[in-house]
Amino acid sequence: MPNYDLTPEQMLLKNTVRDFAEKEIKPVRLELDRKEEFSYELTGKMFDLGLFGVTCSPEYGGQGMDYLSYIIVVEELARIDGCQAATVAAGNSLGIGPLYYFGSKEQKEKYLPPLCSEKKLWGFGLTEPNAGSDAGNSKTNAILKDGQWIINGSKIFITNSANEMSAGVTVQAITDTKDNGKKEISCIIAEQSCKGLTAKAMKNKMTWRSSNTAELYFDDVTVPEGNLLGKRGDGFKQMLQTLDSGRLAIAAMGLGGAQGAFEEALKYSKERIAFGKPISSFQINAFKLVDCATEIEAARSLLYRACWLKDQGRAFSKEAAMSKVYCSEVFYRVANHCVQLHGGYGLMEEYPAAKYYRDQKLLDIGEGTSEIQRLVIARYLDCF
Amino acid sequence: MKIAVLVKQVPDTETKIVINANKNGIDESNIKYIVSPYDEYAIEEAIKIGGETTVISMGPDRCIESIRTALAMGIQKAIHIDTQGKSYDSYQTAAALAKVIKDGGFDLVLTGKQGIDYDNGQVTQMAAELSGASQVMVIDKLTINGDKAKVERRIAGGSKEVYESGFPLFLGCEKGLNTPRYASLPGIMKAKSKPIEKKSADELLGGATALVEFTNFELPPERAAGKRIEGEPPQQAAQLVKLLREEAKVI
Repeated sequence: MPNYDLTPEQMLLKNTVRDFAEKEIKPVRLELDRKEEFSYELTGKMFDLGLFGVTCSPEYGGQGMDYLSYIIVVEELARIDGCQAATVAAGNSLGIGPLYYFGSKEQKEKYLPPLCSEKKLWGFGLTEPNAGSDAGNSKTNAILKDGQWIINGSKIFITNSANEMSAGVTVQAITDTKDNGKKEISCIIAEQSCKGLTAKAMKNKMTWRSSNTAELYFDDVTVPEGNLLGKRGDGFKQMLQTLDSGRLAIAAMGLGGAQGAFEEALKYSKERIAFGKPISSFQINAFKLVDCATEIEAARSLLYRACWLKDQGRAFSKEAAMSKVYCSEVFYRVANHCVQLHGGYGLMEEYPAAKYYRDQKLLDIGEGTSEIQRLVIARYLDCF
Repeated sequence: MKIAVLVKQVPDTETKIVINANKNGIDESNIKYIVSPYDEYAIEEAIKIGGETTVISMGPDRCIESIRTALAMGIQKAIHIDTQGKSYDSYQTAAALAKVIKDGGFDLVLTGKQGIDYDNGQVTQMAAELSGASQVMVIDKLTINGDKAKVERRIAGGSKEVYESGFPLFLGCEKGLNTPRYASLPGIMKAKSKPIEKKSADELLGGATALVEFTNFELPPERAAGKRIEGEPPQQAAQLVKLLREEAKVI
């Protein structure tokens, strides 16, 4: 039989992050969301707690924990606030991840310590205004000239990349076009301070309003040849690997959000009296709550097992895609019930139900849409 | 300075308490345990003072979780006094702790002003007495200057008492003393390699058993519904006074 107990360290970590989220994030989450404000204070505190570089080696300032530990961190943050969870998940999976997995020793020594412990954030520049799910169609290009890369193009929806903590971005660019028209794609490191790199915070978001989302413009951004991440032409492969792991964190956001929305729904349903009884005692509502609780259990089992596969060094891509699509969609159903159970108050931003409902939607779209996840899974089933 | 922090593992404050079938205790099967919140102030204060810090906890195996929390927050080492399935009262707990504290040669012993489970608030005082040490309870300020400690405690009427004491000294910590830190992720990883020494309560106490025994537990009666007073304000006031005098008997 499998062992379902968390390790003592994972238990401690779960308690500490839950405690932090309850005490530090919960009192300000709705106001930050309303003001669409990225909180330097909370992000700083999350650095102090060691939430950046969770799986990264202590040699580079990380914590050296397993992947499930990281997933628990994201889950517990998302239970209270998807936005803070987003800052941490993007920081770990997209900022630190590619540099840690594909960087040279020199690159890791230079870039990772600030991102793990010195309160600096890093972006992963993949999506473009006209290239989302079809990432291979991106236009941003980098030309090698006199030992330097010259980057031109633009990126969009880049988390953590337009704030005072942003230190740079790993940008995916076309570095060559073969005679047969095939593009060579590589990842290149660009520091935030590079001349010609403009970062603009994106506003008027429906979702994740207090996380920082950027548009990036590259106008003859020039970096040394040594800023190439890993091998030339490996960019697409690196991106796929990064997203495989990143999906687990997005799944954790779905699971944590579902848990948080469920707890709000249950609490409200027990308190709210209609027809002289708590509304949770009406079977039609009780069954909604039962479905939520059951699906959350199933989602957690699926996601934790996917993490276990990754921690064992086994193939986990299929399970990661399944976890991402399932946890996101469980969160959808739970958030929907949560608003419904709140009745008219569910429509008011004074209650957290509305925020869970809005924050959920990103998860069907970000880091590979639900449609793309199904495509990935279908390939594993040899459907095509 | 050698500092000991006494930590008690207690049910989470949000636990729904269920009395066991024998009515001589609570049903422990579905309880989430935490470090008694006042003990967190003691842990934080010890870490702030520094020196050689040891967390001591007496209880069953599960209290190692609470010990790990203290280690992850920054305490250096631990002693677990294992009760091996037996129950002890405040006196025997104090006796076992006093023995370990005396053997360990601790200068300062910090603990919460009371455990938030049974709220007895007596182990610290008894342990101090049995160790022949000074003690001040319910403190919210501590300053150490060489071989003297200055402590403050609030008393009724908004005043405070100020004590000065030498060592060894036992202090019961109150809210307001400090802000306990979170166990950070690096702290959690470091705690893995910190030593936890095991001692047997039975051996420390020479086989002595509890002097006090629980015979019956009851949940407090459910609060009766409130009473709504109707009418115009003058009549409401008259009705209220009447009820306060005749029913509540408070005036």
